[in-house]
Amino acid sequence: MPTKIEKDHISGQETTGHEWDGLKELNTPLPKWWLYTFYATILFSLVWVILYPAFPIQGWTGLTGWTARGALPAQLEAERARTEPMLARVREAGLQGTADDPELRAFALAGGRIGFANNCAGCHGAGGQGAPGGFPNLADDDWLFGGTLEDIHHTIAHGVRAGESDQERGIPMPAFLAMGMLTPAEIADTAEFVLSFTGRATDEAAAQRGAEHYEINCSSCHGPAGEGMREQGAPALNNQIWLYGGDRQSIIRSIAYSRAGVMPSWQGRLDPAMVTMITVYVHALGGGE
Amino acid sequence: MNVTRPGKAPVEDPQGSLYASHQKVYPRSVKGTVRQVKWAVLWLLLALYYLVPWLRWDRGAGVPDQAVLVDLSHGRLFFLWFEIWPQEVYFLTGVLVLGAIGLFAVTSLFGRVWCGFTCPQTVWTDLFMWIERRIEGDRNARIKLDQGAHDGAWWKKKALKHAAWLGIAMATGGAWIMYFNDAPTVTLDVLTGQASLTVYGFFALFTATTYILAGAAREQVCTYMCPWPRFQGAMLDENSVVVTYRGWRGEPRGKPEAAHGDCVACQACVHVCPTGIDIRDGQQMECIGCGLCVDACDDIMDRLGRPRGLVAFETLKSLAASQAATAGMPPGEARFTAGMAARKPQKVIRPRTLIYSGILVAVTALMLGAWLLRPTLTLHVERDRAPLFVQLSDGGIRNGYTVRITNKTRGQNTQLILVLEGPQGLQMLVQEAPLDALGRPILAARDDGISQWRTLVTAPPTLRLPENTPVTFRLIDAEGRSIAARGSSFLGPRP
Repeated sequence: MPTKIEKDHISGQETTGHEWDGLKELNTPLPKWWLYTFYATILFSLVWVILYPAFPIQGWTGLTGWTARGALPAQLEAERARTEPMLARVREAGLQGTADDPELRAFALAGGRIGFANNCAGCHGAGGQGAPGGFPNLADDDWLFGGTLEDIHHTIAHGVRAGESDQERGIPMPAFLAMGMLTPAEIADTAEFVLSFTGRATDEAAAQRGAEHYEINCSSCHGPAGEGMREQGAPALNNQIWLYGGDRQSIIRSIAYSRAGVMPSWQGRLDPAMVTMITVYVHALGGGE
Repeated sequence: MNVTRPGKAPVEDPQGSLYASHQKVYPRSVKGTVRQVKWAVLWLLLALYYLVPWLRWDRGAGVPDQAVLVDLSHGRLFFLWFEIWPQEVYFLTGVLVLGAIGLFAVTSLFGRVWCGFTCPQTVWTDLFMWIERRIEGDRNARIKLDQGAHDGAWWKKKALKHAAWLGIAMATGGAWIMYFNDAPTVTLDVLTGQASLTVYGFFALFTATTYILAGAAREQVCTYMCPWPRFQGAMLDENSVVVTYRGWRGEPRGKPEAAHGDCVACQACVHVCPTGIDIRDGQQMECIGCGLCVDACDDIMDRLGRPRGLVAFETLKSLAASQAATAGMPPGEARFTAGMAARKPQKVIRPRTLIYSGILVAVTALMLGAWLLRPTLTLHVERDRAPLFVQLSDGGIRNGYTVRITNKTRGQNTQLILVLEGPQGLQMLVQEAPLDALGRPILAARDDGISQWRTLVTAPPTLRLPENTPVTFRLIDAEGRSIAARGSSFLGPRP
């Protein structure tokens, strides 16, 4: 307790009785209710600690047992209930109906963007720019399996070479060296011929020899002029877009050991409305077909 | 300035206690000029607060017809002719800046008129005290009631008072939510139990704050909670009109005899004070400048047949001049005449007031200019970040953009044509946009909202562009006049 309470002769106020190196403090009393309010906040925090998991002890859940994770299902349920009417409308309208209705289209673009970011961007990249090593760019104008709404929807729903749906996309390409179908020299010639589609062949004789191998081994899927074939998911070889690299070495490697991209079937994994919305979103990325 | 704490040190607190018990203030009723002005201001402000939400304002179909409305769910603030979007909140900030500077200017001229006459705390406390007087009687009756036994009459009066207070508090809380919701709708919703939890929450919050602050806390809000009294001393100077006690005329206090000054120590000024201070102690932080002590003292002077103005609105400079002129003079007519003659007129034009009015004019001009030049239709172009550009199968390069039109008007023709200004050969495709006769995309911006279009710009393989090419998107009307423009860039691979 302070003992040396004095009366300050200038202000007429009492001091608190505390002194620091000759400095004294005038006593300007705090209102008592203010103090009680402070006690009330302490009491509140005590009650809080007892009711909620606010104490840093392993396993202490508070009397209410409330956790943020425990509260999540209810929040998710509420969120589902909130979006369900619009999702039902998307399901009802179908693919083309959703794309044609301005309101549903705006909803699908917004929802599809989120769905794409959650499920697709890991391989196809944010914004669908793809990634080296066989993850196709979805914003360009080259479509392995077709770029119409129906085509994109089918690809997403059934997947690619994943063995999850009997309507899946894509057949495997033979590994011509590994399976002993072509010799290394023949593969080099074939690659030279493939380069000639885009005017990049440098050895006319080799390309001539390669044309024959191409005709027998490749043209049934990739087309006689390298135009590709969507039924099999065989990429076009006569344009500027190369899924696995368009240089000579990459092409030789592709022929020798084969390439085959895989994508899971999203039908059953995602709500049908979400598959529709992602389709509309992807179709809008680069304009689709 | 001599700053003291409110009231006198409570006797029950032990010496040296760091905490003071609350001393209840029992202000006496008073009649007079200042009181009349205060009543007029009080009823005017209360009427404004309670009635403004009911004022209707025709803005056309599909738009709220409430004159003053903060529409949080739709992100609009309606104030008479003005309509503000969330991103234009700086207009509101400007109004608040004007309010603050205006407050500084008024304070430097006329002291704490805001505190004493117009502050909501003062207005509602005054209203609550009026109710209290109607039910429990004036100062002496109330002191007697509180000191007496808690009998039936006590309970009846207290219950009636608190019920009346609660009623006003609820009306106040109710009016508050009307500024954020359509007044007739929300009133009906609240009464029928249909309103949202948020509405009931804020209704309860403002009911509680009104009841507690105006009923119980009163002068303690001004003394302990409000920051304004703490720094308003910086706005006041010796040329500001404040409530003063003319000590040169009143001292020494005592019975009205020749040997005494005009102050008869009747305590009338203390008894009417809503913050419970003695104005004769000089300028104090607790004084809210309401001037009720002026009325109280004038009344006593009238009865004694003495001139009014022993407690008066006066500048400290004038007070000091009178003080100096009458120094050493004995009480009497000679001292009174000398003191009154020595008074000085208020110096209105001084650096402080000039600076405040300069800022006021500048901010007003700035705000007005900003409002008048505010574009009602703006164009934004957001370039895709991922991918930065797309290579097409024929070797061409494509960039994606989101074109956004913010239209703050209603019912105007907003069928605008989007053109791209950049290197010859760039092709623009706006998804979902119809084309005009020249094949240019027509963007129909929706009323009072933001519309957006995904836009693809393609450079054919024959067009060799550097890594970064500046382009401009421009909106033109049918006559070809430029409405809005926004620059962006077209990216491609390093050549």
